[in-house]
Amino acid sequence: MEAFTTHTGRAVPLRRSNVDTDQIIPAHWLKKVTRDGFEDGLFEAWRKDPEFVLNRPERQGATVLVAGPDFGTGSSREHAVWALQNYGFKTVISARFADIFRGNSLKNGLLTVVLEQKIVDELWKLTEADPTAEITVDLQAREVRAEGVTASFELDENSRWRLLNGLDDISLTLRNEADIAAYEEKRPAYKPQTLRG
Amino acid sequence: MGRTLAEKVWDDHVVRRAEGEPDLLYIDLHLLHEVTSPQAFDGLRQNGRRVRRLDLTIATEDHNTPTLDIDKPIADPVSRAQLETLRKNCAEFGVRLHPLGDVEQGVVHVVGPQLGLTQPGTTVVCGDSHTSTHGAFGALAFGIGTSQVEHVLATQTLPMARPKTMAITVDGELPEGVTAKDLILAIIARIGTGGGQGYILEYRGPAIEKLSMEARMTICNMSIEAGARAGMIAPDETTFEYLKGRPHAPEGADWDAAVAYWKTLRTDDDAEFDAEVVIDATALSPFVTWGTNPGQGAPLSASVPDPASYEDASERLAAEKALEYMGLEAGAPLRSIKVDTVFVGSCTNGRIEDLRAAAAILKDRKVADGVRMLVVPGSARVGLQAASEGLDVVFKEAGAEWRYAGCSMCLGMNPDQLAPGERSASTSNRNFEGRQGKGGRTHLVSPQVAAATAVLGHLASPADLTDDRTPAGV
Repeated sequence: MEAFTTHTGRAVPLRRSNVDTDQIIPAHWLKKVTRDGFEDGLFEAWRKDPEFVLNRPERQGATVLVAGPDFGTGSSREHAVWALQNYGFKTVISARFADIFRGNSLKNGLLTVVLEQKIVDELWKLTEADPTAEITVDLQAREVRAEGVTASFELDENSRWRLLNGLDDISLTLRNEADIAAYEEKRPAYKPQTLRG
Repeated sequence: MGRTLAEKVWDDHVVRRAEGEPDLLYIDLHLLHEVTSPQAFDGLRQNGRRVRRLDLTIATEDHNTPTLDIDKPIADPVSRAQLETLRKNCAEFGVRLHPLGDVEQGVVHVVGPQLGLTQPGTTVVCGDSHTSTHGAFGALAFGIGTSQVEHVLATQTLPMARPKTMAITVDGELPEGVTAKDLILAIIARIGTGGGQGYILEYRGPAIEKLSMEARMTICNMSIEAGARAGMIAPDETTFEYLKGRPHAPEGADWDAAVAYWKTLRTDDDAEFDAEVVIDATALSPFVTWGTNPGQGAPLSASVPDPASYEDASERLAAEKALEYMGLEAGAPLRSIKVDTVFVGSCTNGRIEDLRAAAAILKDRKVADGVRMLVVPGSARVGLQAASEGLDVVFKEAGAEWRYAGCSMCLGMNPDQLAPGERSASTSNRNFEGRQGKGGRTHLVSPQVAAATAVLGHLASPADLTDDRTPAGV
């Protein structure tokens, strides 16, 4: 996983709530068997409208998505995270993320930042008025900064440490091999087994 | 202090607990399908890792599979390639697979329970958000992303921060004609699509205890639509009865030991939930969605809401966008909404009890002119059971299409899709924009409402059918 320390970039203000993962990446894109090449599927249906914010020339090259509440609801598809990253987003800001999407994003180094809706409103106003306005997401300081806005955000220390160092979860877990083996020793015999019966 | 059901199952699976770290949880059962596993197997290969516990892993094919002509090569080359990738991966790593055409194939969340693999007090994961279905057995079951699929394949564990717990207590008894689907749609409308975020839900109370296992699965299935990764129901005699004799259920002394453990899996009287919602079952009636998220629902007897009636600006905007997408006018009675397609199936309502309910309404009746109805069993076994009861004949005589098992029209990944602008009454779980096909419009309903809607051509409940049934064949 790519490490995330701090990032500064222009924003895409997405004034929509309940952006589900079917909107982020429609199901027909899920037939691919790779982790890349999803950028053209990102918000595919909405991008058919030339006025959709992602299509505006002033938003090209933006790397910070500022979305409405309940972003990433629905399907567990990690493809939604890959699509956002493939397109070039480094971080997503919202008042509330769906649990599975949040977990997926942090495992891939896409930093999802939870801020109060009133701060999101301020960021929307700022970046709609001035598309060149930059937002800084600083994971070291756990702070989001933009012109006239300084807001701290929370992220549990363990997730933060993994992100700052770009650590691979599986290698970390495998350090606890002895614990896993000890647990397996005491599992009851009645637990289901797929290779029996 | 006592513990909740979720806390008991969680504690029994902690491999490692350390200050400042998420708990490392052991996973009892890992279900795989073709869509969310290819990149995970690639990761194993790149790192020279194997599947740690093949005996706790099982795969099937469901999302991409067609429900017609299953003996022919799959027409879409991309879908075919994804299924072939799963077959290749399962062969290479030694994973048990039930491919298209196999008698145990089906929607992954129908297959696990029917094999008896889903058991009380187990942890169950799958790269699919509707894994919450298995919580109906008192299992802690949740959907995971592909990175976590790889993690479970490699380690049989997951690092997880323990969620909070929420009790959804359903008092009273569901009135005649009101189903588990109506109940869960009403719960989601009440708490919202983000209401369960960060929680494990526990459905409890007299109305829940009376439900069959199939109905409990319908409820837990849609926990994710309320924002909760997992929903659970305490196991009881109904659960044990369902499991006994299934291919992977424990036997003999193991069965007795298992039941003794399962009986301990109840929330203690002095346990405290972090939140509680109380629902009065007696006040419920058939419930349908009108919008583009599962929280945008109302009783069938109501009308399409006026977005202006929402105080919250974000909800108002969402309602406006939903009505525009759905092509609906505020104030129109929900019963006046005409549909083009009716879909009965999916991991929400594709089990035998759902098909029986729909067939009971369709028997000696006809699907309305101009309406297409698809009936898709949740698994090949459900299809065989339905056929042995003659349900397939009832559906076909009514003018519905009887299909092979799969996810079908629940999501736009296989040939069963809505055309742009087409409107459906669907027993599936998501009414998102384009979910059932680009531009398609979805109303989520119960199997009973789906069948009545198919007969009348507009959203309706069985109580609206005032006809003397048309004799079959006329």
